[in-house]
Parts: sequence; structure tokens; C-alpha cells
Amino acid sequence: MAAVPMPSTISATAALIDELDKKLICVLRDGRKLIGYLRSVDQFANLVLQDTVERYYVGNEYGDVPVGIYIIRGENVALLGEMDASADQSRFLKQVDAETILRKHAELPDADKRRTQGGDEYADMS
Amino acid sequence: MLFSSFFKTLIGKEVTVELKNDLQLNGVLKSVDQFLNIKLDSIQVADIERYPHMMAVKNCFIRGSVVRYIHLPPEHVDKQLLQDATRKEATGGDKN
Repeated sequence: MAAVPMPSTISATAALIDELDKKLICVLRDGRKLIGYLRSVDQFANLVLQDTVERYYVGNEYGDVPVGIYIIRGENVALLGEMDASADQSRFLKQVDAETILRKHAELPDADKRRTQGGDEYADMS
Repeated sequence: MLFSSFFKTLIGKEVTVELKNDLQLNGVLKSVDQFLNIKLDSIQVADIERYPHMMAVKNCFIRGSVVRYIHLPPEHVDKQLLQDATRKEATGGDKN
């Protein structure tokens, strides 16, 4: 029997189920970028990410801080992007270790801290 | 239900989604759901230097609650159909 095509408009769960076990970048509403393997989802787009790193960008450098397993409440999620293994970020940006990027990030003035996290968080409009 | 049905007709078309954090993503509409969550394929990011984390991303899922606008190609929008569906939905809903 041929596989039944899954309707595309049942719920968010249907759309996100396709992304399970993929390495994704999760951009939160506050601008944070979390990269990890998607292990679980639900209808609210609550997520479980495994082997998560928080990626910081400062200038033309970036660094990953390992943070383990995250359960993310769906209301905080802005975007989930599939990280293309072949896409080479080091073409433009230099990767540094966690300690260095955290130090550089801490040295930023507060306004730039939010800006360089890239999210440009906005007023809560939920 | 009306708007998710409307967006269903645009699956396969190119749209630009503008998020509340000002990020603009152009891509092919792959799926939409009842919350107007959106999946886009083959995305291009406007002003990508501001969003280096998006360089490696080709497909994405956007939570409906963070969308500000969805820019549509006008040639793919049947205004008459939309208006008719709106009127039907308005009267049908009130009768329940």
C-alpha cells in the first residue's frame, strides 16, 4: 500500500514532526540562537533539543557554548531553521572557543549585547 | 480556518514573511497550519549580514505568533474568491 500523504494543514505538530532528529537552529524571540538536535515537539511548538549549543556572534567571530538538553516553551520560539551541513559559515566568520566568545560578549555595551545576539527582541505581542 | 485555507492555495508560490523582529525571509511556501505557522523552502534572507546565523539555513519553520506580514504575489490572489469566502464565513459563523 502506498504511503498516505500527510495533510499539510492539520497542526504544527505535523509540520515539525518532519524535523525530528535534525540539527536545527532555534532563534528565540529574545534573540538567542540555540543549535541542537530536535528530539520532541508538541502542538504548541514546545521543543526538546539535545546536544544544544548557544551560539554567540561578536563582530566577525562566533562561538558555541554547550548547554546540554533544553526544553523550550513554544511561545519563545521565533524560527526553526534546518542547519545545512554543507553551508560553511567559516567562509565569513571565524569560530572561537566558548570562553573567548563569552568574554568578548560580556565586554559589549548592553545595547550591543542584544543587537549582536541578532534577535532584536521586540515588545511582547502575545 | 479561512486564512489557513487561503494560504493553502499559495503553497508552492514564493512569498516573503516579515517577522516581528524585522527579519524578512523570502521563500517557497511549503506548508501552513491552523495557527498560521509557516514552513518555507529555499529561503533568501534580506540584509543577511545582520543575520549571520541564517547563512546555513535553507528551509525553516516560522511560528505563526511571530509573523508581522506575509507579502504575497498579487497575481496569485483571487480577490473575488476571498471576498466571497469571507462573506460565507461571516454568515455561517454567526448562525452557529
